[in-house]
Amino acid sequence: MALEPKDVRRAAHLARLGLDETDADRYVDDLTRILEMADHLQTVNTDGVAPLAHPLDATQRLRADEVTETDQRERFQRNAPAVENGLYLVPRVVE
Amino acid sequence: MHDMTLTELARALEAGEFTSRQLTESLLARIERFDGELNSFISVTAEQALAAADAADAARARGEAGPLTGLPLALKDIFCTQDVKTSCGSKMLDNFIAPYDAHVVEKLKHAGTVSLGKTNMDEFAMGSSNENSHYGPVKNPWDLTAVPGGSSGGSAAAVAAGLVPAALGTDTGGSIRQPAAFCGITGLKPTYGRVSRYGMVAYASSLDQAGPMARTAEDCALLLSAIAGHDLRDSTSVARGVPDYRAELGASLSGLRIGLPKEYFGDGLDPEVETAIREAVKVYESLGATVQEVSLPHTHHAIPAYYVIAPAEASSNLSRYDGVRFGHRCNAPADLEDLYKRSRAEGFGDEVKRRILIGTHTLSEGFFDAYYKKAQQVRRLIRQDFMDAFEEVDVLMGPSTPTPAFDLGANKDPVSMYLQDIYTIAINLAGIPGISVPAGTVNGRPVGLQILGPHFAETQLLNVAHQFQQVTDWHQQRPAFGKENA
Amino acid sequence: MQWETVIGLEVHVQLATQSKIFSGASTAFGAEPNSQACAVDLGLPGVLPVLNESAVAMAVQFGLGINAEIPEVSIFDRKNYFYPDLPKGYQTSQMYHPIVGQGEVEITLEDGETKRIRVHHAHLEEDAGKSLHEDFHSMTGVDLNRAGTPLLEIVSEPDMRSAKEAVAYLKAMHSIVTYLGISDGNMAEGSMRCDVNVSVRPKGQEAFGTRAEIKNVNSFRFVERAIAFEVERQIELIEDGGKVVQETRLYDPEADETRSMRTKEEANDYRYFPCPDLLPVVLDAAYVDHLRSSLPELPAEKRARFQNELGLSAYDAGVLSATRAMADFFEGVKEVCGDAKLAANWVQGEFAGHLNKEGLTIASSPVSALQLGELVARVKDETINGKAAKQVFAALWAGEGDSADDIIEARGLKQVTDTGAIEAMIDQVIADSPVQVAQYRDAEPDKRGKMIGYFVGQVMKASRGTANPQQVNGLLKEKLDALC
Repeated sequence: MALEPKDVRRAAHLARLGLDETDADRYVDDLTRILEMADHLQTVNTDGVAPLAHPLDATQRLRADEVTETDQRERFQRNAPAVENGLYLVPRVVE
Repeated sequence: MHDMTLTELARALEAGEFTSRQLTESLLARIERFDGELNSFISVTAEQALAAADAADAARARGEAGPLTGLPLALKDIFCTQDVKTSCGSKMLDNFIAPYDAHVVEKLKHAGTVSLGKTNMDEFAMGSSNENSHYGPVKNPWDLTAVPGGSSGGSAAAVAAGLVPAALGTDTGGSIRQPAAFCGITGLKPTYGRVSRYGMVAYASSLDQAGPMARTAEDCALLLSAIAGHDLRDSTSVARGVPDYRAELGASLSGLRIGLPKEYFGDGLDPEVETAIREAVKVYESLGATVQEVSLPHTHHAIPAYYVIAPAEASSNLSRYDGVRFGHRCNAPADLEDLYKRSRAEGFGDEVKRRILIGTHTLSEGFFDAYYKKAQQVRRLIRQDFMDAFEEVDVLMGPSTPTPAFDLGANKDPVSMYLQDIYTIAINLAGIPGISVPAGTVNGRPVGLQILGPHFAETQLLNVAHQFQQVTDWHQQRPAFGKENA
Repeated sequence: MQWETVIGLEVHVQLATQSKIFSGASTAFGAEPNSQACAVDLGLPGVLPVLNESAVAMAVQFGLGINAEIPEVSIFDRKNYFYPDLPKGYQTSQMYHPIVGQGEVEITLEDGETKRIRVHHAHLEEDAGKSLHEDFHSMTGVDLNRAGTPLLEIVSEPDMRSAKEAVAYLKAMHSIVTYLGISDGNMAEGSMRCDVNVSVRPKGQEAFGTRAEIKNVNSFRFVERAIAFEVERQIELIEDGGKVVQETRLYDPEADETRSMRTKEEANDYRYFPCPDLLPVVLDAAYVDHLRSSLPELPAEKRARFQNELGLSAYDAGVLSATRAMADFFEGVKEVCGDAKLAANWVQGEFAGHLNKEGLTIASSPVSALQLGELVARVKDETINGKAAKQVFAALWAGEGDSADDIIEARGLKQVTDTGAIEAMIDQVIADSPVQVAQYRDAEPDKRGKMIGYFVGQVMKASRGTANPQQVNGLLKEKLDALC
């Protein structure tokens, strides 16, 4: 499947990756070749084959409903770029 | 003492030939002396190491030493280490001090090991040459113009250069086995779920697995027993007993059925590497094993399937790096979009961006079925290939890589780089274990023999590798770099 | 033109687990910002989700409560988008294989008519945090305490045809989840939230019109108002030659209108794919059967039983089964006093009246079901009369005694049924009331019935309200008539 610059820009927007125009052109090139490689998958007959999401056929284990975590806000927020009154700050979000 | 294996060091510590502090100081001095050139460490945690060594010596004095007490090792910088920078090779996490230990780090600390520091790696474990690190490339101690492999290149180079006897790596598409092969050491990727992923920065969650990298299979066995086991915090971790892998070594290989996948000996394989591998197989025959050719018909679809699945998972796993709660944040964001877009553009390197874009694209509307779903179907066929093969043989053998270590800067094109992982990548898709052991050199660069087994066959894989190392000395060869008189 | 309204609801119910759906952090409401956001909730590097068994059990209980199919396998997917209150950049949800399949619920409208509304499915997901827009000098503050709280999203079919039906459906959902005890259903605190899909079409047309989604409507009344506004807006728009656009709208209760939420509606592409950190959830038949057998009686069954077995009126049965707290309280009173009708009268009368007056909930009532039951028992066995019973209730409410019997004893409220004693009091009243007796005697016989009230009042007063009123009446009549 051919890849167009708008596809790359759309993916970059969905992934919130800032790209300038020269970046975008370069990625179109790289991504086109990667997708050409991925297109080889189309040659495999997968009729009736169920997708495999996990390598082992295991099932989900359930956790007991217990509170096991204590407040570590101060510790966690040491890594945060901007906090005030215990809140993480971001540029104003307009609803 | 930097030439000794973990097992030998354990014996020496036990015998009181030297203390853990002496050993730690000596290795820290070697790191100081040699790592400027090698660049295998991102962080050296000398102070914590010496404290841990003293604690280990004290425990030994009290008669409380276990099999790993006082043994030095290094951790790929993908494992969270409490109060120590955990960068994952990325500018994005250059300022991230992990608030907790990864499960395996907890276990290793509990076992009394001494971590010397955090090793260099391709950013977010994406790469096969260690050239994608924010902290610069790592060099291969066998030849400083060659790459050490990736993404666990720092771990492999540090062990090969004698800066540390063993290290932990992670393997998503070959990231333990390929650098182990390139650096002439032994590296094991366990069965998916054998080792907890808790606290290990995620690249592709359904493929990532941590494992030991050391000089010998015996050392890998020792380490695997320490890090394997069920962890309630990782839903994909398997509840299954952990054997004393080292104690299980020793069984005769007489009657072992070895399969050689014909697809692993085809076009693209360096003839000298092939020669080395065929020689190694002959050694096994001399030990009583039988050899037959088998086929893994979907081998050539593994790379395309992987480069759809892994980037898809990665694109989602890496969304949390948004400059809000931790990690790099751009200066003076104009608005929320700007905060996201610039923080991520500045924090991630080229290869990471490429994979995020590929993954985002292949998951998006109109492409999902053709790429993601198709890749998952092919993934099942690839796993089935292995299951079918293991009906006929006990283990599979082949080269770990098509060539020995390539030169730094040799693979500028992402696709040609991806193709280097042709023999390792399917193993992660299938979730089976694989080990790479040194099996020769070509032009002074090591060659790795890859041995594969069915799910949870680590005991057998380690023994098959160990028996080889009882009758060969490839694993004992050392590069000129790092020699004390150099 | 005649228009028909078509409504579908997505109801988000916060499940009443102790800990979050994928972490061991507390779900308690109202904590200090981010003090209940653990490493998993924050999406720190390397952490992993593990599924809460209570969240699974509660979702299955809900499914059983609406007679839904419970698929053997359900799968968690990631819904990818960026927002500050979504720490991982994706919400873990169930897109393709939800834990609860198709079911249905019966709603009762105000006129007593019932209607079946189909539920398309219900799935488990994690709640997001909260963005606070005030007081941060042009910044937004993010509190992630709520992030990871388990949500059950219940998606109806577009089966509702009026705002009233939508409200009745929402009330039925509220009633089911509170009966099951899987949510506190507190809409003010956001434990139950609702997105409303509204469209209109010419009556008789089969194809649906274009719908608007009104997000986060958080009270029964607002649901009704928002739909009313939106229906009117859409009809006007179409009649003026315009077209309804598919969009997300917000209901503003102050302006009583809905508004388009985003000016440039970008095409969302959530890139759903199975979460690789979570494995398929497999529920075996024995597990589901076990939950089925431990299911409490649900509102519809309870209402029917109150009517058919206890002989209550349809109205009383409806009121008393409306919430689990009300039903449990009523049944508690009934157990103790042994009379369903008396219990129903007291619970809906004095008890509900006091609650309303003081704005209390059943949980915070000062009078327990046991206390009220004991009181009603004394009315039933005629230990006290109705008037004294109200006094006793007031005393219980005010905390002036532990039990009805104590208060009756302490205040001497026990009904006097001894004929001799009552006769003595009557004789005294007659002796003390010569004027009234004369008036009685002079009155026409058919007027005397009214006049006897005065004497009854005096006797009751003399007995401090404890004389049996029927006896007083009968004896008075006899004695006064003897004087005529």
